[in-house]
Amino acid sequence: MAVSRSTIAAIRFGYGLSADAAPPADGAALLDGLSAAATTPLLAEPTPLRSRLRRLREVNQQKKREGDTEEVKAARRQMMRDTRQDLFDHLVQRAEGPSAFFERICAFWSDHFTVSARGPLQRHLAPAYEPETIRPNVMGRFEDMLIAVTRSPMMLRYLDQGLSIGPGSRVGKRRGRGLNENFARELLELHTLGVDGPYTQDDVRQLAELLTGFSIDRRKGGFVYRPNIAEPGPETVLGRSYGGGRPRVDQVDRALTDLAHHPVTARHLARKLAVHFTADNPDPKLIAHLERVWTDTGGDLPQVYAALVEHPASWATFGAKVKKPAEFVVSVLCATRLHRAIGRTNKGRHDILTALRELNQPLFAAPGPDGWPEAAEAWITPQGLAARLAFASTVGHQLARDRTADPRDFARMALGDTLRDDTAFAVGAAPDRWEGFALALASPEFNRR
Amino acid sequence: MTMMTRRMALSAGIGVACSAAAFPISTPIVHAALPGEKRLVVIVLRGAMDGLDVVQPYGDRNFAALRPTLAREPGDGLADLDGFFGLHAAFKPLMPLWQAGELSFAHAVATPYRGRRSHFDGQDALELGAGESDGSAAWRDGWLNRALGLMPAARLETAVAVGRDHMLILDGKAAAGSWSPTVEMGLIEDERGLLTKLYEDDVLFHTALAEAAALSEMSAGGARKETGRVLADYTAKVLNGPSRIAAFSLGGWDTHRHQARAMKQPAKHLATAITTLRDQLGRNWDQTLVVALTEFGRTARENGSTGTDHGTGGIALMAGGAVKGGKVLGRWPGLGTGDLYEDRDLMATEDVRRYAGWALSSHLGLSASAIEGTVFPGLDLGRDPGIVA
Repeated sequence: MAVSRSTIAAIRFGYGLSADAAPPADGAALLDGLSAAATTPLLAEPTPLRSRLRRLREVNQQKKREGDTEEVKAARRQMMRDTRQDLFDHLVQRAEGPSAFFERICAFWSDHFTVSARGPLQRHLAPAYEPETIRPNVMGRFEDMLIAVTRSPMMLRYLDQGLSIGPGSRVGKRRGRGLNENFARELLELHTLGVDGPYTQDDVRQLAELLTGFSIDRRKGGFVYRPNIAEPGPETVLGRSYGGGRPRVDQVDRALTDLAHHPVTARHLARKLAVHFTADNPDPKLIAHLERVWTDTGGDLPQVYAALVEHPASWATFGAKVKKPAEFVVSVLCATRLHRAIGRTNKGRHDILTALRELNQPLFAAPGPDGWPEAAEAWITPQGLAARLAFASTVGHQLARDRTADPRDFARMALGDTLRDDTAFAVGAAPDRWEGFALALASPEFNRR
Repeated sequence: MTMMTRRMALSAGIGVACSAAAFPISTPIVHAALPGEKRLVVIVLRGAMDGLDVVQPYGDRNFAALRPTLAREPGDGLADLDGFFGLHAAFKPLMPLWQAGELSFAHAVATPYRGRRSHFDGQDALELGAGESDGSAAWRDGWLNRALGLMPAARLETAVAVGRDHMLILDGKAAAGSWSPTVEMGLIEDERGLLTKLYEDDVLFHTALAEAAALSEMSAGGARKETGRVLADYTAKVLNGPSRIAAFSLGGWDTHRHQARAMKQPAKHLATAITTLRDQLGRNWDQTLVVALTEFGRTARENGSTGTDHGTGGIALMAGGAVKGGKVLGRWPGLGTGDLYEDRDLMATEDVRRYAGWALSSHLGLSASAIEGTVFPGLDLGRDPGIVA
């Protein structure tokens, strides 16, 4: 089966083929789309995190003051409704943004720097994270994204950094409080060097001390550096000394920059990009190429994306990856534009978001700070496949409501030149039209990239 | 990280014959050829359960000072177990099991993993049964799967991973099933064989479909949330049927902050899972051993936010009608100066794999040499800690 470069560009580097948008012609077209996408406003600009934090605080305070009154309950219900709208807008952005490759890149970095929303309140905050912290930095340098993430109140909350207090700081001594090393560990293990990296427990501890002071201003709802909870330095991380004297935020930034430029970070991220975009076991030549470009450019991300797209290995092994559930659902939206019809109703939005939960990948709720698994085997389990079939059936019934729509045409459009004879046969032989649509969406070629 | 998983093994042609071919989608399963009546449930507690909080060494004179907001006394948030250890209040539903001799713990245990205190490496090490301190293993299959491979009559439905979560512990060459009771069925009743046709050439999809068709039979469906109760309910159902081994996981144990509050929910799910298994297994409970394991323990001292950070020595829980319980097993290392591992964690005085190994040996009848040679290569099983009656 010879699949065209245009199809590969759409499926492997985007969210698949769609009825009303032409696929990128080739790799160059993929790259061309990025810079324009970076400056195009979101289709629906979400409320800033700052306002969300303030709103949350107000409702909580009102509850404390007045108890769980009808008014408080109504405010909380409204927050949850708004969150559902935000989550849905997020999916629509993925499906309709000007560059699907750009959206995929955003999704990659949001997963790399996972924040997971646990509980209804965190869920209310989560939709602001990617637009504020990830998107503005995906076309810049890795160090800038790392520094931005480290200042994000979402991340500081998620990995407990807001609660970490230098035991030797003014506040630490007065209140007998101490460190929380959660964020420091994940910063080394997940965000930069990787778990096989050259760091020790002592580096974790020292970095945790260095990070004290990074905190959230609850009143204003933003990042704040608090020298009075910062551990007096200097601290030594990976053999380099930072701080000493009056605690200052730029001492931390220096350490983050050094970590961002560490050669082991380049290797870790080169591999991770190759795994995400090309294969669970990627070609070592591709990893080496990405690592070299990353190192040569000091982590200049657009040049790394160009290196990814220009390497022949990125176009080989097509179909080796399975779309994760969120990718699958967005692909369905791209192919069907279903969100335009059913997304207008509360129930329609609810159904699509529920499907993501059933598929075991609810939005902004990764099981841990390492994000979602990449391996095909983690997703195409009996229960995972059954959930895909259930969603495909639901969508199939929706599509069949249009009496003029033919599942065979749909399969040709959605699968393009990846359509196999077996799938064409099954779609054509389906006894009901809805089942024909469902089989096209359940086909291996629709679920692989 | 890449894993040699069951399905990669299948696609490499190692196990196709025993799984895909044995379960053509249209054929109903025949429940037969059971490997005995003994049942084993392994619960993986993801996120590092704090053993020092669950089973508190209130009799250790150094304990209370390490844990200003977490340490409790018998009668005041703690149920006394043996005059030295006490059980966290959230596990109170398990006290009848303790009194009936159907519950025991092994304290100050850990896998050999001592590297980065990484959850993800720690869980991999736990599920692979790795013997190296960096968590690495020469193999990529789970230890429960290797044990399954030693049982001659084992087949797809003999061992089942329950829940949506991927269970590395059951990955490997031996055929094993997986299913989540919360999934609804959709298209799967493939009366015309169209799905079979659709997946004919794709081993990954084909195998998943075949297993789904086989294992969904006992699924009640309807329940949306994977709680301890839902997972245990389905587990009991498959164990009352043809299955003899089941594994599932319960998360929520990563209590870095406000632990007194954060423990309540995961503890409730674990306690409910165990009591549900007891209630639903009925007479089969007498033949059942439940082992709950976690990747590592947590720091002996509270951290700066009334929680605990990643540590080393932890706890294993054993429950079931087959258990010779009412005991806290293990060698207590103490909590004084110099007793802690790297001056921060409870010292692990025993390899937790010994308990898993003895569970397989004394409960399921696997030979010690098979366990030391195949299931946990390189492990010294040592003397029998006396887990089962």
